[in-house]
Amino acid sequence: MRREFLRTIAAAAMVAGAMSLAGGEATAQQKMKVGFIYVGPVGDFGWSYQHDEGRKAVVAKYGDRVETTFVESVSEGPDAERVIEQLARSGHKLIFTTSFGFMEPTLKVAQRFPNVWFEHATGFKRAPNLATYDARFYEGRYIIGQIAAKMSKGGTIGYIGSFPIPEVVAGINAFMLGAQSVRPDMKIKVVWVNSWYDPGKEADAAKALISQGADVLSQHTDSAAAMQVAQERGVLAFGQASDMIKFGPKAQLTSIIDDWAPYYVERVGLALEGKWATGAVWDGLDKGKVKMAPYTNMPDDVRAMAQATEAAIKAKTLHAFKCPIVKQDGATVECKGNGHLSDEQIASMNFYIKGIDEKIPN
Amino acid sequence: MLRIVLERRAEPSLVMSILSPLLAVCLTLAASAVLFLALGKDPLKAMHAYFVAPLIDPWSLQELIVKATPLVMIGVGLSFCYLSNNWNIGAEGQYVMGGIFGGWAALLFHQSGSPLGVPAVMAMGAAGGMLLALVPAVLKVRLGTNEILTSLMLVYIAELLLDYLVRGPWRDPRALNFPQSVTFDVGIPILVEGSRIHVGAALAVVAAIGGFLVLRGTLKGFEVRVLGQAPRAAAFAGFSPARTTLLVFALSGALAGLAGALEVVGTMNQLRPTISPGYGFAAIIVAFLGRLNPIGVIVAGLLLALSYLGGENAQIMMKIPLNATRVLQGLLLFFVLACDLLILYRIRIRPWSRAGQG
Repeated sequence: MRREFLRTIAAAAMVAGAMSLAGGEATAQQKMKVGFIYVGPVGDFGWSYQHDEGRKAVVAKYGDRVETTFVESVSEGPDAERVIEQLARSGHKLIFTTSFGFMEPTLKVAQRFPNVWFEHATGFKRAPNLATYDARFYEGRYIIGQIAAKMSKGGTIGYIGSFPIPEVVAGINAFMLGAQSVRPDMKIKVVWVNSWYDPGKEADAAKALISQGADVLSQHTDSAAAMQVAQERGVLAFGQASDMIKFGPKAQLTSIIDDWAPYYVERVGLALEGKWATGAVWDGLDKGKVKMAPYTNMPDDVRAMAQATEAAIKAKTLHAFKCPIVKQDGATVECKGNGHLSDEQIASMNFYIKGIDEKIPN
Repeated sequence: MLRIVLERRAEPSLVMSILSPLLAVCLTLAASAVLFLALGKDPLKAMHAYFVAPLIDPWSLQELIVKATPLVMIGVGLSFCYLSNNWNIGAEGQYVMGGIFGGWAALLFHQSGSPLGVPAVMAMGAAGGMLLALVPAVLKVRLGTNEILTSLMLVYIAELLLDYLVRGPWRDPRALNFPQSVTFDVGIPILVEGSRIHVGAALAVVAAIGGFLVLRGTLKGFEVRVLGQAPRAAAFAGFSPARTTLLVFALSGALAGLAGALEVVGTMNQLRPTISPGYGFAAIIVAFLGRLNPIGVIVAGLLLALSYLGGENAQIMMKIPLNATRVLQGLLLFFVLACDLLILYRIRIRPWSRAGQG
């Protein structure tokens, strides 16, 4: 009797277990799980924040067809591989890893999970199930270089750099090419803060640049600290990643905004249709991945020039790295693109153009 | 009126020293249930995601060991420091220096196929950590500087040195200027096929057991404990505080350095600007959570590792924000320290009297 009872219980438990498993399968098939890994907190109002805005756009667009997950403040050290694998193991079909330092761990996990799709931002290692994506921020930098050359009285620009990686170096060059197209003798001073997000250091760098005579500030770091300093000291500045006008209503000329939403919406859509494929997507103003904040605190003729340049870049009649490009030492760079430097040359740029008196730190 | 007073026990309570960690865990669970309810999450499901799910899946059990390995290894060394009143706060830097030296060895043996690669990585890693740890030790012994400050400051020096190396001389020339070294081909032996558990996990257990035996069964271990508990008595016994300071710093630096070298070469397979999610600092918590007992450090290391894995799991399964995990870790430490009070004190409820307070 007692054994009979136990057996019934066991059978019931097994049925219940099987049913709950089946239930899990059914919802997993209806909803595609999409995972995001951020290097910073979602509340940084810079890089990670903009990626999370993109995730929210995916939710808004596809609603019940997707389930999104994010893991924030993931260290780029030994933890990253575990977190990425945990997403892959917990049924996520498409996983975006949004910082350069996640490249090797993403590649390792991608090799172990051939049926999961991975996308790595700003990297260069790809696989059949690992795509890369990035934005042509340098297009915006060409525009702000032109604006800076028009707006600077002293002719010296202050530039706050994060890390001397190709993306940042190319940004400085694009900025100077824009500036030189308006005023060939423009000078630039660069301060490296060795961080993507360090408001204290960014503010110190801004102050140092202003005291060295810079009257327009540009930054390739994520906080609004430099903008606030510019506002206090009465100089002009460009924002970064998001529109920073509320931090510098009298200082901001424009801001280069990252907008990942259209890209994430497109890629998740392809994954939903089963048409996802690997590749390297690198687009900018034309696809709206890079946007310019409203042109403010400048005369109408400067605004008109900026808008014309923006339109020309969008229409692909103007390229920031149009040949010939001359290096600091006077050597002309081989032109491997169609009238401009090739994408590969831009993505691995490790030289300054002529007219920059700085040295790239090792 | 009643008032609550703390009364010092004549002897530390044995019962309480066993019960207090359990009590702390129960209080943490209760407090976290309140936290989850306030976040609008089902507390039972959240607890499951935090504390149960990582323990029933073979893969996450393996990852638990991977995560706990450096914590335990560093924690064992720190126990020796703290037991002898040497406040080494710079294990993070010693870990990074071990990673640098271990990575250096891996670069030297790159594409050599030599069987000496693995021992060289481990020996160099331990040596690197030890060298950095000896700086505050020598400064303390010779000049009487405060080792808390000097060991902490060296963390930043080690991190900046790593930053310089991966952006400069050790940068992979094919990495398009990105800051990372080549992918090492020196492979640290893996203990469990198909996992990331490397030989370091076994070494951490060996270090803990060895540490336990040294502390309990040898004169040197006795010296370490006496120097911490009764420096004057140690002086009368002829124990040299200076020698012990150098010894415990060297030991904890070597263990932290070994952990760093194994993480860099065994787990990450390359040097990058970030090689630690704060292991050296978390190990301070591990050492105290384990009551400065090397065997306790193993348990504490696993527990802290579980809280990290559980936190990620909760973010993924339950969409619980990371900051809730941080609060949970803080609560755990808080309750452990608070409950430890009960080992030395007992709580008495007394009628309120105006006279004779305190």
